[in-house]
Amino acid sequence: MPDINEIKDYLRNYDGEKQVIMEVCGTHTASISENGIADMLSPKIRLISGPGCPVCVTVASYIDRLTELSLTADTTVVTFGDMLRVRGSEYSLRDAAAQGASVRMIYSPFEIIKMAKEQPDKQFVFAAVGFETTTPAYALLVEQLIKDKIKNIRLLTALKTMPEAIRTVYKSGTEITGFLAPGHVSVITGHSLFEKLAWELNVPFVTSGFRGAELLAAVYALVKLSGGRSLNLYPSVVTYEGNATAQETVNRYFTPCDAAWRGMGIIKGSGMRLRDEYAEFDAGSHELTQDKIFNGACCCGDVICGRKSPDECPMFGKSCTPDTPQGACMVSTEGSCFHYYINGRKGNY
Amino acid sequence: MLIDEIFRKANSNPVLDMMEDSAVVDGSARIAVTTDSFVVTPLKFRGGDIGRLAVCGTVNDLLMRGAVPKYITSAYIIETGADTEILEEIAASMAETAREAGVSVIAGDTKVIEGSGGVYINTTGVGFVNDGVNIKSSNCRVGDKLIVSGNLGDHHAAILSERMEIENEIKSDCAPLGGMVENMLRKGIEIHAMRDITRGGLGTILNEFASASGCGFEIDEEKIPVSQTVKAFAKILGLNIMHMGNEGKLAAVVSAADSERALEIIRSSRYGENAAVIGEVTDGGGVVMKTALGGRRIISELYGEGLPRIC
Amino acid sequence: MCVAAPGLVRSLDNNIAKIDYSGNIVEANAGLVKVEPGDYVLVHAGLVIQKINEREAKEMTELFNTLEELGNA
Repeated sequence: MPDINEIKDYLRNYDGEKQVIMEVCGTHTASISENGIADMLSPKIRLISGPGCPVCVTVASYIDRLTELSLTADTTVVTFGDMLRVRGSEYSLRDAAAQGASVRMIYSPFEIIKMAKEQPDKQFVFAAVGFETTTPAYALLVEQLIKDKIKNIRLLTALKTMPEAIRTVYKSGTEITGFLAPGHVSVITGHSLFEKLAWELNVPFVTSGFRGAELLAAVYALVKLSGGRSLNLYPSVVTYEGNATAQETVNRYFTPCDAAWRGMGIIKGSGMRLRDEYAEFDAGSHELTQDKIFNGACCCGDVICGRKSPDECPMFGKSCTPDTPQGACMVSTEGSCFHYYINGRKGNY
Repeated sequence: MLIDEIFRKANSNPVLDMMEDSAVVDGSARIAVTTDSFVVTPLKFRGGDIGRLAVCGTVNDLLMRGAVPKYITSAYIIETGADTEILEEIAASMAETAREAGVSVIAGDTKVIEGSGGVYINTTGVGFVNDGVNIKSSNCRVGDKLIVSGNLGDHHAAILSERMEIENEIKSDCAPLGGMVENMLRKGIEIHAMRDITRGGLGTILNEFASASGCGFEIDEEKIPVSQTVKAFAKILGLNIMHMGNEGKLAAVVSAADSERALEIIRSSRYGENAAVIGEVTDGGGVVMKTALGGRRIISELYGEGLPRIC
Repeated sequence: MCVAAPGLVRSLDNNIAKIDYSGNIVEANAGLVKVEPGDYVLVHAGLVIQKINEREAKEMTELFNTLEELGNA
């Protein structure tokens, strides 16, 4: 049985066909960096980061709308921490806060209910970004708002779903030989979603956990697998069908829509929005599809699609650093460029 | 009681009690001077308060150059609405910490401004530096060992827990480090560089050492001291232990020959029981960590503010 | 937040679970997954998204068993 040391040896000494493996989950990106996994692989195995960071794929007009709301009288924008630094056309929420905007950082979306109840004469807007994993929390939040008759909370949504984005990336002319399926998205959607994608695209998918050893095992499996095969290596929490209650709850309040991805444009059917009957809870999320490229040399789009590794961008580490980010991938701590920069992760062909 | 009375009474000593326009005190041929402002919220947290922090931060900065801390000044800026009882507690805590650290508060000032109960403190510290002591960031040499004096991240996690309402037993490690530094100096440990591990964390300090000395560091993830609770805390918020701040821990670069002895001295000193040798100075550039899994990664300085991630 | 490490349900009050991560207690909404004190769960963005149905060690063993089959394929 291949124990962890045999897996390490195999991956370090691998000398077969070139492997290009994409992870499409921000926490996988973080864990690969934190465990130094890229350094443990043969030059024939290259890991690339796909569109798995919800903050990185959020377009400029969405941030603009958020900052505008945060500067509106009696309105507070409530958000997860890493959204604060992302720049819209001109400003980030952090910049807006410095100008007196009301911005609160929270750990869980449900905390907004307490805020809204304490200050019923103020308006609260939640920056609802995320993938399949996060949308159920927003669905339950809306359910709670209806139940408690809370009228002063709205969501500004930029919710994304994985399958269409993965199809787009795969068909955009990359040489991907396998996908690490996103672990927590799979908890909700089930492994079946990625099994189907594997068949359809005829490329292997492996659903993986987040610990270093689990990721190494998943990379090993992807090197071994070929064609449209798939494997669930995270069975402790990922079932074949996923979390049916979560799926039903999401579908009760949200419906699929086209979505704009920073650097990738509009992808049909790759997002979720509040259903029309719950429009009162929407803070104006429609039409927020305009993006803005700050710097023509920015390769964020190529990086997110896996056509370029961050260090192949001419600005990487020069004009674009975590202190002076030119694109979203350098802003978020889940962004590919940020991780390549701070952890020295290499795009090692 | 008038607000400035609170601080004067708490820190009473012959120099301060004279109430002159400036303090006149004994000096030394070489002095170390440092100043810092403290703006932490909440004002009181598990393991400390802004008063204790204002002494520790400044005293520790003096110690890191091998100075013996002697005097500090304290200037308070207090917003209207500040709770007098809390101010008294802060003043008492500051005085007690100054006694523990062996420094006298020899000058002070208090200003009240419009606001909503905030308290800000600036302290300036003066220490005496004995002949022959030469500790600075640019002194690291290839082969030197890196010691950290205890568990990383405690202060950062304690403050963030209060702000984000996460219940745990994590306490700030806020403490003056005079004991361990004096013990090392007295026993002739060859300390090349030393920093207290505050904002920016160990990662930032090591990068500063590396660039000042034109060297690199290689550290071992498995040897880094950190409590299970802080480790889990960092994990749930997506924070990096290497970038979390402390207020009572130091990183010392010592000659390889002295490293085991230095470790023993720190471990037997107050606040040093979890100290560990975690790496060494190399001739490469930058800071490299050998991960527990067996990989290698580069550790950068801290960028941004160490904000929690969504995913 | 995505939490890859398992948390332990300490108590449950009206769909609000107190989750313990090695001594850090965080509240999470348990509206989507039926949980009981003593369960290990996965929490994302303040919401329990799954119950962990196996012990860690067992899970790793199975994982490597799966890999073995793969190696022989």
